[in-house]
Amino acid sequence: MSKDLNSGIPTDNEVILGILNNSESVLKRLYLAYFPMVLQLIINNSGNEDDAKDIYQEAIIVLYNKVKAGDFELSSKLKTYIYSICRRLWLKRLSQMNRYSGDIKDFQEYLVVDDETEKNNERDIQFNKMGSALQLLGEPCKTIIEDFYIHNRSMQEICESFGYTNADNAKTQKYKCLQRLKKLFFQQK
Amino acid sequence: MNEYKLSEEIERYLNGEMTKEERTAFDILRKENAEVNVMVTEHKHFTGLLKQYGERLELESRLDAIHREIDVHTLKEELMVHPSWVVQLWRSHHSKISVAASIAIFAVLGTLFFTGYLSNRELNYVRLRGEVAKIHQQANNLNEKLNRLNGSGRVISNPGKYRGTGFAITSSGLIATNYHVIEGADSVYVQNNAGKSFKAKVLYSEPENDIAILKIVDTSFRNLKPIPYTFKRLESDLAESVYTFGYSQEAPVYDDGKLTSANGLNGDSLDYQISIPINPGNSGGPLLDTRGNIIGIVQAKQTQMEGVHFAVKSSYLLSAIDSLEKKVNLNTKNTLVNLTPVQQVKKLKNYVFMVKVYDK
Repeated sequence: MSKDLNSGIPTDNEVILGILNNSESVLKRLYLAYFPMVLQLIINNSGNEDDAKDIYQEAIIVLYNKVKAGDFELSSKLKTYIYSICRRLWLKRLSQMNRYSGDIKDFQEYLVVDDETEKNNERDIQFNKMGSALQLLGEPCKTIIEDFYIHNRSMQEICESFGYTNADNAKTQKYKCLQRLKKLFFQQK
Repeated sequence: MNEYKLSEEIERYLNGEMTKEERTAFDILRKENAEVNVMVTEHKHFTGLLKQYGERLELESRLDAIHREIDVHTLKEELMVHPSWVVQLWRSHHSKISVAASIAIFAVLGTLFFTGYLSNRELNYVRLRGEVAKIHQQANNLNEKLNRLNGSGRVISNPGKYRGTGFAITSSGLIATNYHVIEGADSVYVQNNAGKSFKAKVLYSEPENDIAILKIVDTSFRNLKPIPYTFKRLESDLAESVYTFGYSQEAPVYDDGKLTSANGLNGDSLDYQISIPINPGNSGGPLLDTRGNIIGIVQAKQTQMEGVHFAVKSSYLLSAIDSLEKKVNLNTKNTLVNLTPVQQVKKLKNYVFMVKVYDK
């Protein structure tokens, strides 16, 4: 019985609750449940398995963010929703690569989804900028910033792992790093 | 307060690390100093973005970890819609195939052209009249013998050198036959079922389609009764039962078979291919379907393949009729339609003529 609960396709409500509760197992079951459907869509419409992975993960992230933001209303089956997002993302990708021939082979019914992928796209641009700014920042700044602002480690821990003589030195270093990161971030077009 | 200090304060403020008093004081500072306020908002936004970025990376790595557990390769094999190998071959090599096909077609046409195959369609045919001539000689001999035996009997007019068949298009005496039957003729006679001959002239001919239209000009000719059959404009279907009725011998002969191909020799769209055992003299005879529609003119036979025969499609005959100077009103009322073959032939025989040709 418990095995049944932890495997197979999760119900739509399970997924939403699971995401809200950061449930690793629900995320996994969700991922495993619908990947074949998306793989089928992509590989039969001039994509490969890596494209399928990218598109599918992007769609899961869209769903994840929407649920987390609390503005997710399920107006159809989750399966249809995910398929529609992937379809939309893939069409966009195809036309960017000039490979869109005007027709797409469908395997599911789908909804028209537009603005949601757009919103996510905006955020992706910001994240890409942040990623490359962090790369340009170099060490040890990158790790300090990541440890403090992303992984929520205390200044005391950071201070110890980097071997700073006192926390104030580490704080000054962190301040300088953050200023540089901001500069790098906003310099990018 | 320098910027570093201020930034420290902002961080403490945002993280809720300030005491109540400090917090109140900072709130006032924010309100009074717009610059500080902007800095607070900016810092909050930027660190928020950093945090989200971190979360995204983490989510992505979680998803990647899950993804690694999937056997994508096997799954892909299962889910790929496999088109047939021909389609796959075409998709991946269509440009090469196209080039190869063009070259092949060019080569074949070139070869055919230089070997003279294309211009020499006639070689494949033995005109039926060739054989007719031979048989005719025998028939003549028989006739003479019969005449001699009978003493007088009915008068058999001297038959022409060649013989084919023709059939009435109109009751006023227009007769359709093959061009090759009357080719090079000096004079043409048609003989009806009762053995009576009428002089006819070639009104119109289309050598390329092997069609000729004769007109009976004999003064003794009286108009026929209304034509019982109609002419089919559309192509007939394969496997349709068909029959012909013609003068392969001195007496008219009925033969039936099937329509076996919509194209004639070498894919010639002029002709039908039929499985009727055509005999010499059938050339120019009508090809009818079981409902009494004329669907073609029985034509000639191929030398190499026995049992394969051809008929010019009725649509070509109709367009030949259309191009006559004097417009012809064709019969549109088919009175054969519900009759048995026996009854059909009984009616038909009055409209099918033996065509006799005298050379120059």
